[in-house]
Amino acid sequence: MAAPLTLLMIVAVTVRAVLFRSSLAELISERVEVVSPITAWKRVIEGLALLDLGVSPYSGDVFHETPLIIYLFHFLVDYAEITFMLADVVTAAALYAAAKDYNKQVFRKQKFALEADRYPPDCLELIRTPLEMHYVPLKVAMFYLLNPFTILSCVAKSTCGLNNMVISLFILCTVKGNVLLSAIFLCLATYQSVYPLTLCAPAMLYLMQRQYIPVNLRRVSFWWFVVQYLFMYLGSLFVLVCLSFFLLGSWDYMPSVYGFILSVPDLTPNIGLFWYFFAEMFEHFRLFFLCVFQINVFFYTIPLSIKLKEHPVFLIFMQLAVISIFKSYPTVGDVALYMAFLPLWSHLHRFLRNIFLVSCVLLACSALFPVLWHLWIYAGSANSNFYYAITLLFNVAQILLVSDYFYAFLRREHHLTYGLYLKKKDGSEATLVLK
Amino acid sequence: MGLLSDPNRRQALIKLLTRLNAPICGMPVDWLVKTMQARGLEVFTQSFSRTLPFPDENTERYVVKGTNVYGILRAPRAPRTEALVLSAPCTPGDNNNQAVGLLLGLAHYFRNQVYWAKDIIFLVNEHDLIGMQAWLEGYHHTNVTGMDWSPLQGRGGSIQAALSLELSSDVVTSLDIVLEGLNGQLPNLDLANLFYAFCQKIGVLCTIQGKLQRNDWDSASGYNHAVQTMMLMVMKQASGRPWGDHGLFLRYHIEAATVKGVNSFRHYKTDATTIGRLLEGMYRKLNNLLERLHQSYFFYLLPSLSHFVSIGYYMPAFGLLAVILLLRALDLWVQLSAQPSRTEDGVAGTEQSNPGVLSVLTPLVISHLTGAALYMLPVRFQEVAVEHFPVSETEAVVLTAIAVYTAGLALPHNTHRYPDMGWRVLKLVALLYLAVLLGCTAVINFSLGFILALTLVPAAAYVTPHVPKALSAFFLVALSPACTLLFSVFFFQELQEMPVSFQDGWLLYLSVIAQGMLDHYLYGSLVFPLVALLVYPCWLLFWNILFWK
Repeated sequence: MAAPLTLLMIVAVTVRAVLFRSSLAELISERVEVVSPITAWKRVIEGLALLDLGVSPYSGDVFHETPLIIYLFHFLVDYAEITFMLADVVTAAALYAAAKDYNKQVFRKQKFALEADRYPPDCLELIRTPLEMHYVPLKVAMFYLLNPFTILSCVAKSTCGLNNMVISLFILCTVKGNVLLSAIFLCLATYQSVYPLTLCAPAMLYLMQRQYIPVNLRRVSFWWFVVQYLFMYLGSLFVLVCLSFFLLGSWDYMPSVYGFILSVPDLTPNIGLFWYFFAEMFEHFRLFFLCVFQINVFFYTIPLSIKLKEHPVFLIFMQLAVISIFKSYPTVGDVALYMAFLPLWSHLHRFLRNIFLVSCVLLACSALFPVLWHLWIYAGSANSNFYYAITLLFNVAQILLVSDYFYAFLRREHHLTYGLYLKKKDGSEATLVLK
Repeated sequence: MGLLSDPNRRQALIKLLTRLNAPICGMPVDWLVKTMQARGLEVFTQSFSRTLPFPDENTERYVVKGTNVYGILRAPRAPRTEALVLSAPCTPGDNNNQAVGLLLGLAHYFRNQVYWAKDIIFLVNEHDLIGMQAWLEGYHHTNVTGMDWSPLQGRGGSIQAALSLELSSDVVTSLDIVLEGLNGQLPNLDLANLFYAFCQKIGVLCTIQGKLQRNDWDSASGYNHAVQTMMLMVMKQASGRPWGDHGLFLRYHIEAATVKGVNSFRHYKTDATTIGRLLEGMYRKLNNLLERLHQSYFFYLLPSLSHFVSIGYYMPAFGLLAVILLLRALDLWVQLSAQPSRTEDGVAGTEQSNPGVLSVLTPLVISHLTGAALYMLPVRFQEVAVEHFPVSETEAVVLTAIAVYTAGLALPHNTHRYPDMGWRVLKLVALLYLAVLLGCTAVINFSLGFILALTLVPAAAYVTPHVPKALSAFFLVALSPACTLLFSVFFFQELQEMPVSFQDGWLLYLSVIAQGMLDHYLYGSLVFPLVALLVYPCWLLFWNILFWK
């Protein structure tokens, strides 16, 4: 499998290199769907320039990335294009390895369940075969590398690519079972953008499952593991925060990075839900709605964790999707990351109900974003309502996609427990209704 | 009291007009500068040059050089934040002399009034649209089209509105207003209404699309007339070219229109004084604007100057056409997802539907490469073509384009491993692609989107490998973008009551293609890249489906 993966990486790098050299690169790096005030490369350059002048890079409300990023690019600014291409390649490789390992575990669990005779006899067609699972890791890598959203994000040199790399390395370490590295990479991801904090729960659930610790709130071993993981996580976070302080010599990166993400002062249009709402909100209610919108991102963690405690990798997928949809400054790079997971659930295809509608709407919205931006900003014939309508439609389609996969996943689990062709007590065929 | 009620001013205007009646080669830059300065304006010039990608059949040369002359009338007591523009293109010969004379007369009159709150820029541009593009790019500090221009020395504020004058004779019987701009963009309807209101007030006959208004809306012939006027507007908007100098202002969010004087040998004639009063009235109205014109519609179609069709009426028609494509796509999706459950062997079922997406990739890539060839080859290889064939550069470019277009029809179709399902997947992808493409086109340029939808949607929905091949191939070619353009050329000439013979029509068609390509390179018109890079490959996919073995 190494040869197709290498070929895929060569093709992906070639496409990105060709686009870097064309005149489209400048055009793409200006698009608001691809870069946000946090991830824009222009702002990184501005921060570097301020740093070279001896001034704090956070003065002037231009630069909103973390100090580690600015120090990384202090050394790598001449090789920026190679850095971003490498980040994409590393992300794809990490996702490939994670998918392969996850498939192995799924298959092993399935084998044990089959031998223990835990599946009803009529749902054998739902059992996954090694043949169908063979190409899934390659498809995961392909879905990430050749996704137009990822390519656009890389060509625009958006730092979202680096965030995706850290998150995918976190997923790899979690799936391999390495507790320390998982905590460290999650801490790096949280340090850059606050929202991966919610991925703590699925990470802990997965690692506990792997170490055969039962997920029971009354057991000491459960709490002991939670304490261990949180200690490693919070410890590395503390170390990173202090390191950033010593790198730049002041605490003013805290309000510029985390204050900016959480309090959303910049209302540049993007593909998220915040900008239009807060543009027309009275100052009096701003704090209230800010809290409501931000809690919305973190809110789904507990209920989803309780429902999906046996399936933490699916929980990671759902959490990544929720973060990409509801975060304060989303870009298409975030969308590309959770879309890379879709081949892992290709066996759910027969239970998906809305996939045609969702694909059509996502395709149409992606095409209409630049058209309505042009009509609003350049031609002056439309206004912000049109652009927000497309944003809303895009997010509704994403939510529909995620909830559809959730439904299909739960339905398959239900069939695996109770059988594929359900019968009522008198023997007639029953239909499954989602309440 | 109005313009030229003073006999001295009338004399001055007549002197100007007589002087300009003499044939001039090139533009009389020095004379214009001196005259404008004598009128009390701040005069500046801008020189520009542009290398055409291939020599225009009108000019027969590669490099176009020229000078724009403009004078700014500063508002006496207002801050210099806003401006209005009055422009007259100056072409060699005596094509537009009267307009320049009227412009200078108006400048003289406006100078003595105290009520101006905005600066007025009197612009005389050379080489029509090229000069106007250079001036606008210099004014707004953009460089969209790669033109070479000298920076502007003097500037007014942000331009609120602009009018362009085209008067070919000193006796005018009616005034025509031209609204269609680049890429089918239209000015705010308020500007057209303003013009019509003033024409009625002053008593000048006004037309749109060169046709008079009629009062009998109920009769069939009146309705016919209105439909013809509207179809002319649709044709002009769909071509994506600016039909007057005003067309280039619209891109910068400046409402603009062109006023053309027409001499149709009617009994009742209008003189320059009345036109001057009309323009003075319009400019006083525009002077009183507190904000840019945005209250009325930006998307409309005009069957006459007193009636309009808004976007709320005509967009559902397009929506229904697009729904045909979506329903067909849904039908194909249902057929495709019904397939795997019928196969007994689960492995073969997945093999059938899974590689479907990859098998679609080959026809997609081939058709897009052909589209890219259609976009790039004609201009790149014109020298090679001129060496080997006895044609001029313009003809070489156009004929290469037609040759590439026809060659695309003969492309090899890929080896089909999935004879039954493969074409369904390809058709599904092609239908969704066409629907999204037409939707985006209709939002930007409704007429172009609608004409393309009208011709492509029935063929796209109907075509499968199982329909009679010869007849369907004929219809598919007859409804392809190139033939649609050919029929539109003949139809346009019919609507303008100047029907052409087949030979003339063919030559006109070739010149239309050349003009379309030139518009793209000179002003950034989107019709040529849209058709070459997106619509033509989509059409090739349907051609591929028709000949699926």
